[in-house]
Formats: sequence, C-alpha cells, structure tokens
Amino acid sequence: MSAIIVKELTKKFGEFTAVDSVSFSVEPGELFGLLGPNGAGKTTIINMLTTLLLPTSGEAEIAGYGLGRDPDSIRTNIGIIFQDPSLDIGLTGRENLEFHAMMYNIRSNERKKRIQEVFDVVGLTDKAEILVENYSGGMKRRLEIARGLIHYPKVLFLDEPTLGLDAQTRRSIWEYIRNLNRNYGTCVILTTHYMEEADFLCDRIAIIDHGKIIALDTPSGLKSRLLGDCVSLTIEGRIDLIATALGEKEWVREVIPDGKTLDLILSDYEKNIPEIFQTASNLGVRISSINFSKPSLEDVFIRLTGSTIREQEGSRKSVRQERMRRRMLR
Amino acid sequence: MIQARVIYVLWRREMIKYFRVRSRIAGAIGMPAFMLIFQGMGFRKVEFPGLPASIGYFQYLVPGIIGMTLLFTAAYAGMSVIMDKQFGFLKEVMVTPASRISIVLGMISGSATTSIIQALIIMLMSVLLGFRLPLIHAVLFSIVIMALISMIFINIGLILSSLLKDFHGFSTVINFIAFPLFLLSGALFPVSNLPAPIRILSYFDPLTYGVDALRGILIGHCEFSIVLNISILLTLSILMVCASSYFFQRAEII
Repeated sequence: MSAIIVKELTKKFGEFTAVDSVSFSVEPGELFGLLGPNGAGKTTIINMLTTLLLPTSGEAEIAGYGLGRDPDSIRTNIGIIFQDPSLDIGLTGRENLEFHAMMYNIRSNERKKRIQEVFDVVGLTDKAEILVENYSGGMKRRLEIARGLIHYPKVLFLDEPTLGLDAQTRRSIWEYIRNLNRNYGTCVILTTHYMEEADFLCDRIAIIDHGKIIALDTPSGLKSRLLGDCVSLTIEGRIDLIATALGEKEWVREVIPDGKTLDLILSDYEKNIPEIFQTASNLGVRISSINFSKPSLEDVFIRLTGSTIREQEGSRKSVRQERMRRRMLR
Repeated sequence: MIQARVIYVLWRREMIKYFRVRSRIAGAIGMPAFMLIFQGMGFRKVEFPGLPASIGYFQYLVPGIIGMTLLFTAAYAGMSVIMDKQFGFLKEVMVTPASRISIVLGMISGSATTSIIQALIIMLMSVLLGFRLPLIHAVLFSIVIMALISMIFINIGLILSSLLKDFHGFSTVINFIAFPLFLLSGALFPVSNLPAPIRILSYFDPLTYGVDALRGILIGHCEFSIVLNISILLTLSILMVCASSYFFQRAEII
C-alpha cells in the first residue's frame, strides 16, 4: 500500500490555479521531494495533504485515509514541519514538545520517554529547559523536527526544512532527516527550491513549475536526461588551432571559443581529459587552467523550464556559465 | 466532540505563560487599580440619586471596576490568538487531531482563569481600600458570575481574532467595542441616571447585567433580579461559545 496517493489534485484561488491536476504516489519509507521555484505550488500541495486547505478538485489518500473524509485520522498519522516558524517562543523547548505530545494523547510515561528520545535525535538535550526565544534559527528548526517526530507519524511533511539556515546547519539537518528516514522508516515528503538538497536527500523528485509536475524521476534518472559534461579551458596561444583539432574528436559534442577560454561539451570527461592535454601539446598550445562540472539538477531544471531556479546574478562569469549550461542541454 | 485533555493542555499553556510574564499581570491590573483608587476615593462623598445612603459610592463602584477588569482582560484574550497566528503557533495547534470545539474551549478556559485572577486581585485591593466584603459563599458565588462575564467577552475577542490578522487592527477595534460597553454598563454610575435613549442602549450591553449581578451578590443592591441577570448571562455565554466555534471552524489559518 502506498503511503500517499494523489490523483488530479487541483487548487484554485479565484481565477488563479495554484495546483493544476497533480498526480503522484509515494511508497512507505520513501524520501520524496517536491522541487520547484518559489510560488510553484509546493506549499499549497502540502497544505492540502495536511488537511489545512481544502482542494478545489481531485483526490488524495494519506496513510490509507481519504482526504476530506477522515481529517482527524490523517492528522493523527502525519507530522508536519512548516515553512515558517510555528513554535511558542514563550515556552521552553521541553514545554513545546510536551504540549504537542499531549495534543496527540500520548500518556505521561511514554511522553517522557519519547521527548527524551527526540531531543537526543536532534541533539538538543542540554537546551531543553531554555526558553525558545533564546534559541538560534538552527536550534528552532531542529526543535520543530523533534516535535514533528514525537507522535511517530507514518508520513512526515517538511516544507522547505532548511530555508534561511547557514550551510553548516543545513548539512546537519540533512543528516537528521536522512537518519530518521532510515532508522524509523518514516516516509518523508519534502519541498525545496534548493537543488543540492533534493539531490542529496531524495529517492525520487517531482519537479514542479506553475502548479504542474513537469518531471518525476530519481535524481540520477533526471540528470541522465542531459547530454554530457562541461569542460572549460583557458588557452595561451592559437585558440583556433586547438578548437578545430578538438572539434574533430568523436567524444566532443560541441566546441565554443570565447576570447581566451574554450568551452567543450563532451562525454566521459574523466577518460578524455588526458587526450585534451596531448592534443594541446602536439599543437604547441598551452592550457593554463581547466575547469569541469558534472550536470546538476539545476541543469535539468533549466532544460525543463527554460529558466534558472534562482535569480541569476549579473556577473560575466555567471552569464557565461549560463550559456554553457544551455548549450550542454541542447 | 469535547476532549477534556485538549482543554487542559491549552489551559496549562496559558497558565505557564501568564505566571512567567509578570509584566502582563501588572499591566492588566494598572488601569482598573487607578480607577479604583482615584475615582473611588475622589467621589467617595458623592451621593447619587437612586442609591441608598447606607451603601456609599466606593461600595457601589467596586463591583463595577471588577466588571471592567473582566471586560478588558477577557476582550484582549483574542490578542494572544492573533499573536499565535503571527508566530505560526496556531497552525501547529490546528494540524493536531484535536477537535476544533475543544481548542476553542481550551482557549476560553485559559483566558477566563486569568481574567478571574485579575478580578480577584482587584477585589483584594479594594478590601485594602475599605471595601466591606460579604460572606465567603457570596464571594464564591460572584466567581461564577465572573466566569460568565469573561466567557462572553473572550468570545467577542476570539471571533474578532478569527477575522483579523494583525495586532494594530485588533486593538483598535477591540477598544472601539470595549469602551462603550464599559461606559454603558453602569460600572461607574447607576444606568437610571442616563437619558432614556442612551439608557435603552445600555440594556443591550451584556456587562450591564454582569455588573448588576455582581452588585446584587457583593453589596446586596441591584436593579434587576439576580435570576434575570444570571439567565441573560448564561444564555449569552452559551450562544457566544457556539458563535466563536463556528467562526473558528471556517477561519483561514494559512
């Protein structure tokens, strides 16, 4: 039985269609990602699946309970970590967790045990008696994750779990999410607009844009839709010579000279880089630097939507990388 | 479906927060305390027509100020709902399997308790200023009346909080509602002294019956019968609980 089945779920706000006939299913124990830019409709999907918002049309089943028919059973079986903070900052960490556990009808002895357990999971045991208003952003996030776990949900929803956190905290939260998915077998659905996050965590990813799923696959499956790797060379000497020579190789898909730099789209760069140097030295051309990149989910996103997920910076470098990416994807 | 556990959890949270933030207690007591001291002492010698000389203005004023304390603390209870909404905590409450009616009752019970505590502090203060307290069973009876009064005004605050989103809007609207209710209720002077058209308005003010019931119990002087007062208060508070549950059910949380 699937943990979540979504069929043609649609939400309209007046004339605006925020979620447009979305269908997917998630298996128990799976880490499933909804990836897309801000405003794509990810949070609206989560709000509908967590019974906070009624769908305009369509159906969904969460942990075996139908959406709209049995909201209380759904609420008992899910945990949710909202995009915006949702803690009572006037209470201590422990009091926040106690409140939550009591709302879910967990008995006193069991409650103490579980609170200790989840505090250990997120590493906040020594901060339990401190008022939440004195917590840092990362600590608050961890406390929210701990709170979402207390009632042992079958499905855990995470809406932008690492939004606004520094790189180090983000890493550690990824670890927590991964561990709880492995150790408890909890099915996790997370939304994110960070490519690295989806890539690092998710078993499968649905890419969402303008309220529609435009691709659904494993991270490597999504990336294999791309054509190849990108290598960027800085050349001293006759750039036209080496461009022509490399262009004749069968593993080179495209050659793009740009001033002193030469960008190449090629397959299996690990194997073919020695040959690039060989060719250069045969022609008496010096390569002063080399730069290569594997395709990222960001590239997949650009190919599917025709735009980057984050706003592009205006620097020359990023513009050039952008052009590279687009070429790589043709 | 009413879940006692949910009501208790929400009540307990309110208590923890109430006793943790002392400034909140002092702030809420300040205004009625000043009224009690300056109005009560300053008008001590004044004789109102329609008021037995044996009672005296200070005795007459104390139940009014207790009513005022209940009105203002209770009406502002909606403010903490607005705060929970802005800090996102309300979403956390609404996503739990607790029934909506239990959530509303939990909020009411917490705020009613704090309102009654404030009112009792004012009562104690007035004793220090010379208020002659009736027998203990009358004081206990007056607490029941206090619970009914705060229930009515808490629900006004809750309904308002389900319709509004920000602090400023809420405090403006609630002041606009609470002040006329306070002045019309006869908390400061007998309603019978008001000109007829305004006096009719005062009959639509729930606090009129609340203050009158408190007077009947605490100083043995009231305009309407205690039974009438209590039946009006009881009916209104039940209606208000139903109304605020209804508004809460359909409120947009997100």
